[in-house]
Amino acid sequence: MTTLSPSAAPGTLRYQLAEFWGSFSASRGALVGLLFITFILLIALFAPWVAPHDPALQNRDAFLVPPVWHAEGSWRYVLGTDAVGRDVLSRLIHGARFSLSISAMVVVLSMAVGIFLGLLAGYFRGWLETVITRLMDVVLAFPSLLLALGLVAVLSPGLTSAMIAIALVQLPYFVRLTRAAVIGEKDREYVTASRLAGAGHGRLMFNTLLPNCMAPLIVQATLSFSTAILDIAALGFLGMGVQPPTPEWGAMLANAREFMGSAYWAVTFPGLVILLTVLMINLMGDGLRDALDPKLKRS
Amino acid sequence: MTAEAVIHAVNLTRHYRIKSGPFAAPAVVKALNEASFDLYPGQTLAVVGESGCGKSTLARVLTMIEPPTSGELTINGHRVELKEGEPPPADLRRDVQIIFQNPYGSLNPRKTVATMLEEPLKLNRRDMSAAQRRQAAMEMIDRVGLRPEHVDRYPHMFSGGQRQRIAIARALMLHPKVLVLDEPVSALDLSIQAQILNLLADLQEEFGLAYVFISHDLSVVKRIADDVIVMYFGQPVETGHAAEVFSHPRHPYTQALFSATPVADPNRRKERMRLQGEPPSPLSPPPGCPFAPRCFKATSECSLEDPPLEPVSAHVNVACIHVEKARLTLRP
Amino acid sequence: MALLEIEGLDVRFRTSTGLFPAVEDASLSVDEGDVLSIVGESGSGKSVSMLATMGLLPWTAEISATRMAFDGQDLRRLSPRQRRKIIGGEMSMIFQEPMSSLNPCFTVGTQIDEMLKQHRGGSRKQRRERTLELLTQVGIPDPEKRIGAYPHQLSGGMSQRVMIAMAISCNPRLLIADEPTTALDVTIQAQILELLLELQRDNDMALILITHDMGVVAETAQRVIVQYAGRQVEHQDVKALFAHSRHPYTEALLSALPERAGDQQRLPTIPGVVPGQHNRPEGCLFNPRCRYATEHCRQVAPKAEADDPARTLCHYPL
Repeated sequence: MTTLSPSAAPGTLRYQLAEFWGSFSASRGALVGLLFITFILLIALFAPWVAPHDPALQNRDAFLVPPVWHAEGSWRYVLGTDAVGRDVLSRLIHGARFSLSISAMVVVLSMAVGIFLGLLAGYFRGWLETVITRLMDVVLAFPSLLLALGLVAVLSPGLTSAMIAIALVQLPYFVRLTRAAVIGEKDREYVTASRLAGAGHGRLMFNTLLPNCMAPLIVQATLSFSTAILDIAALGFLGMGVQPPTPEWGAMLANAREFMGSAYWAVTFPGLVILLTVLMINLMGDGLRDALDPKLKRS
Repeated sequence: MTAEAVIHAVNLTRHYRIKSGPFAAPAVVKALNEASFDLYPGQTLAVVGESGCGKSTLARVLTMIEPPTSGELTINGHRVELKEGEPPPADLRRDVQIIFQNPYGSLNPRKTVATMLEEPLKLNRRDMSAAQRRQAAMEMIDRVGLRPEHVDRYPHMFSGGQRQRIAIARALMLHPKVLVLDEPVSALDLSIQAQILNLLADLQEEFGLAYVFISHDLSVVKRIADDVIVMYFGQPVETGHAAEVFSHPRHPYTQALFSATPVADPNRRKERMRLQGEPPSPLSPPPGCPFAPRCFKATSECSLEDPPLEPVSAHVNVACIHVEKARLTLRP
Repeated sequence: MALLEIEGLDVRFRTSTGLFPAVEDASLSVDEGDVLSIVGESGSGKSVSMLATMGLLPWTAEISATRMAFDGQDLRRLSPRQRRKIIGGEMSMIFQEPMSSLNPCFTVGTQIDEMLKQHRGGSRKQRRERTLELLTQVGIPDPEKRIGAYPHQLSGGMSQRVMIAMAISCNPRLLIADEPTTALDVTIQAQILELLLELQRDNDMALILITHDMGVVAETAQRVIVQYAGRQVEHQDVKALFAHSRHPYTEALLSALPERAGDQQRLPTIPGVVPGQHNRPEGCLFNPRCRYATEHCRQVAPKAEADDPARTLCHYPL
């Protein structure tokens, strides 16, 4: 494979990275996903400079201006404007910041807590495991959006509560994956060897076991990321998430709902962006799984 | 023997409770039954037997991963008092290290060789600086026959024999007194097996290590063992000086085991002593001697009681009612 | 004409870094009643040539041979249908891991029955009778009860017996056993080897035994092929091989056996490791580890002499 640089000595970290990149880039879908996500990330990062307008600026002369390819459209508003005259493109660009960063925070929160609980359950077993897994089963038994809605209602609508709610909904997946991986690795001999070297519970869990359980978790993180985008959008759409006038993709959909028939663009583009982002993240996640999961690794 | 024993084990026993169903009463599996021995510095004790005979349980008890259900274990003059699930005292733990059979499972795939070798020092030798630890790791790597450039590599790039060398290096980092070798060469190719056995012999001489060598390969055991314990179904059936046990096996199981082992000499193809059937299930042990159902010497008396280990000569004990016992007058 | 004849068999695997030659220029012939052993360390390609013969290699393998015939039929030109008929029928194989060779979802009886259905047909009752007969033949106690057992209820030795029963269900003329006892205990190994030899004698079958264990070879085989790094380095009768091995590798391998080392302080070893894909030496493949190697060995790959019955792959046979 051309990507394997001959200078990297076999067995070193650099070689492993090269190997990882080799199998990751073998999947075209994963590469497209990665490119798209990088693009979106860059746009989100440089939103104030890239966006043609202020996303909150209401232009009273231009309510529901159609996109540029319509007869009434203009280059001033490439993707048209919404019902209060805000530029859809600028709102989408700024929305990327919110959607991505919120989802990232949700995933990090959910993953951190999930890994911790999963490690405890898989490592100590016994009653602790029973309590943790049963709790997670309870969370799984609720329809996820309903649970999130209920939580937000209890915690008062707003960004923070939406994030906590969605992180909680995602939690069981991380807990279960970590627990299963830990149970699988725990009885391997290298763990025993580490124990005989004098490693305590904490070191065994976080230093010895966790790195060997990361592969499925990284994949799950990407998949959770896309689910989080959807859930945040759904909460925004239902008015329980991000509050206006923050340009969040789901909230944009919600605000434009009543003009669906007359001004399709105000609904279509946010929807399309959500769809594409989620799709691309999933593609990338599949590629990651192929590259990281040793069971699928070709010899 | 004038030197003090590094391991003094008396009637080590380990039972497990197995729950077969939510309402069934837990069954007791006697994985290890009354093993006793003394191990001296520089000596090798071989534990021989087939799968399920309690070899690995003995390894777990000796390395203090699990406490014995009963019996007493003295390591380096200190009586080990261990509670279930409790880590052993640090000074004793350092004295006994283990090498596993499968060199692919015993090394952490996400750690470099250097990290693995330095870990025991990091945890136990707070006085050493990072540079000193590195230095010690490099010396050990050289000692076990690997090259310095190997230290920053990950385990998956090494062959089975090299991995076993790494595992040995890691076990020796704390300068233990005893190495428990759990089938250390049976996963290796013949040509590599000889290299590792030689290395182990050199290290034993250099560091005065005592080995507990667990194996099913009698030709290997015969070469290196000073003393031997033959186990069947969790119990020692014949123990004593290796030379005598090998030249003159007395217990029917020992005889059958020796006879079943293939000999690399086509001119000595022999009628094997056929051993019928398979070891009994630990959940439903047969009455009396556990070997009786497969034994060619078995009589109805065998199923009456489990025979204890009794001396049959100055250096060998056998647990079988059909083997002539040593004259009691041997006692001083 | 021999039962199975192979000449000039090459097997290469396509890997991400190019073609890897797993077997080069392998030849063998076995007749009914023969017990041939192929012996070698891991990475010697000892199983690969037989898997290639059975057509069991993955799609990444490229197979070529000058001759590959079973009972006069060219195995290279068979349609998949004809091939399936021979394989599992007249030519069958058992593997190292009996536990994973059986499907855990079906009972022993169902799995043997499936085999019989494919190759022999017959009514349900006939097949059941044959299944019981087979289980008795391979020494499974209480076959009436075991026929309904699931693989997880069997020990390793019992599973291997079931595998053997499946393999001989259609009275094969050639049985290939790939490390059949490596995963088993010594006393069970003795039972299984004895069973295989008994079946071979009673049915005048040909048996090819692939193993790494010199003891097993000495106790079972008539003829032996020693393989190293994908190359057959010598063909000999078992007694001749152990008495006067011709290739330095065989000699070194035998002297590394603890039981043959006698009272020497240290075991004689073979330095280095079997070459892998990226470190194949020039010249003779064994030269970096050979105590007799000369400059000639380091440059020129040896060929077997035409008049050498042992076909020793060495410039200076012992």
